[in-house]
Amino acid sequence: MPIVKVADVDFRYKNIWALRDISFEIRRGEFLGVIGPNGSGKTTLVRVIDGIITPEKGEVSVSGIAIRDMKRRDLARLVAVVPQDSAIIFPFRALEIVMMGRSPHLGMLRFEGESDLEIARRAMEMTDTLSLADRSMDSLSGGERQRVLIARALAQESEVVLLDEPTAFLDIKHQVEFFSLMKRLNREKGLTVFAVTHDINLAAAYCDRIMLLKEGRIHSVGAPGEVITELNIREVYETDVLVDANPLNGLPRITLLSSTLSGQGSRSEAGAAPQL
Amino acid sequence: MKKSIVTPSRIMGISALLAVVFLVVGVVSVLTGTAGIGAARVLRGIVSGWREGYLALDPSEKTILFSIRLPRIIFAGIVGAALSTAGVVFQALLRNPLADPYILGISGGSAVGAIIGILLGASAVPFGIPALAFLGAVLTVALVFVVGSREGGLDSNTLLLAGVIVNAFFSAVIMFFISTSSSADLHTITFWLMGDMSLADGDKVMLMGLLLAAGAGVVYCYARPLNLIVTGEETAMQLGVDVKRTKIVLFFAASLITAVAVSFSGMIGFVGLVIPHMMRMALGTDHRLLLPASFLFGASFMVLADTIARVVFAGMELPVGVVTALCGAPYFVYLLRTRRM
Repeated sequence: MPIVKVADVDFRYKNIWALRDISFEIRRGEFLGVIGPNGSGKTTLVRVIDGIITPEKGEVSVSGIAIRDMKRRDLARLVAVVPQDSAIIFPFRALEIVMMGRSPHLGMLRFEGESDLEIARRAMEMTDTLSLADRSMDSLSGGERQRVLIARALAQESEVVLLDEPTAFLDIKHQVEFFSLMKRLNREKGLTVFAVTHDINLAAAYCDRIMLLKEGRIHSVGAPGEVITELNIREVYETDVLVDANPLNGLPRITLLSSTLSGQGSRSEAGAAPQL
Repeated sequence: MKKSIVTPSRIMGISALLAVVFLVVGVVSVLTGTAGIGAARVLRGIVSGWREGYLALDPSEKTILFSIRLPRIIFAGIVGAALSTAGVVFQALLRNPLADPYILGISGGSAVGAIIGILLGASAVPFGIPALAFLGAVLTVALVFVVGSREGGLDSNTLLLAGVIVNAFFSAVIMFFISTSSSADLHTITFWLMGDMSLADGDKVMLMGLLLAAGAGVVYCYARPLNLIVTGEETAMQLGVDVKRTKIVLFFAASLITAVAVSFSGMIGFVGLVIPHMMRMALGTDHRLLLPASFLFGASFMVLADTIARVVFAGMELPVGVVTALCGAPYFVYLLRTRRM
């Protein structure tokens, strides 16, 4: 049985359709990536799966139960979300943030116990944030904050983690570290990962399957090699790319092509060209 | 590592400490006043009546201590605790460090109610003015909630804007009444607007205490969900909080607490803004600690401010709101300049 099943989902904001006829499954233990241009419905899809917004038509079920019949607390034990970096108004300490991951497991007036502290400690160990435990969230760098938010999701002990463009504000080192960590948790702990990302190369390198969204519809889904093709990318992104095999692992790799980057004339201004 | 999280024993410890502070402030306040019944006089009374087991003081002195000063101190404590608690809740729900209990227009609504009461002579009826002020507050909150609700939930930004508009409208109404009323009423109105504690009595204190206990009790049950909401409403949902219900319950409870304080004591500014900030800086953002700490410290602060208000000029009394604003505003500036908010 798939851990998450999305069936015939339509969603619109006022009169703009964000998702149309979305049906797919997240298999237990897989690392599923979602790519697509801005406005293709990636983030909306994450919000629908986690029940933040309710689709106009269709149904999402997790572990065989329709989420509209679930209490938020029960859903939070099955699904965790690592958001993009969020604004911090009242600064909590990192450990306090991670302990919040225990919330769906606690009764209304119950305090976190020793076992919860131990779970939080392990989650922080895995994300290399233990040394930040006593620091205030607003004193951390973007990468550190992101790792604390992953630790919170791990402390939630859910079966699925949804990642909503988690590396959008991270530099390349932290991007790679982030995906490596998620991959390790996926392999070693059997954590199911659903990752929305802008970075096609990272998605290709880490995901078991990739889903390509275009204008709220699923364009294609499958192994990275099947989905990331020059034709698909041109159709969806309206951009010319070169897709070749990564010499290290044979996975597809894209290179952006444009007149200024590929033409002869770009040599002289190479220093000013964006380093993609 | 455990020291950076809030534990029941830490909450108990800090609450006990702040309760002791409140008791000390209360005792000092009972012994302070223009009637000249000071610590020495009371001590002598205790000592000389010790053997016989009674307090050797004149009946008039006892009246001043136990029927005038003591109810007033409890009254001030209740108002301070109520405004500080409501301030914590509004700042968290609106995710806005500048929010205070009056931000949703409650003060304006209850002021209009109270002024109408004063002009109609409702002070002759027991609880006449507080009842009308409370009615004004409740109607205002209902209005703001209707304006601020979207798709069944309460939208923080819309609420905030609705509150600002309602407050602006009511200030115009208040100015209209002020500019057309007689000078005798004017004094009463001014005192009410600046916060008046001089009308404390046992019945009032009892009623207020019960309402505050109920409201604060409900709020405290939602302390942990409130922590999650502070980090973002969507995040709170992802962590299992029924945000829609929590917000409705908390907005109503905090509004009730504010309405109780305002209708009995008038508009006392700055307490509900400054005390939550002070406590957050000293103790962190966890509401399971922040709420009881603000409750207790707010009570102490208000008793202190009221004591100053009644003794600083012999023979006349300042509105307590003048004291809280005169102390609160400079302190707030100090906080802004020296610490990060």
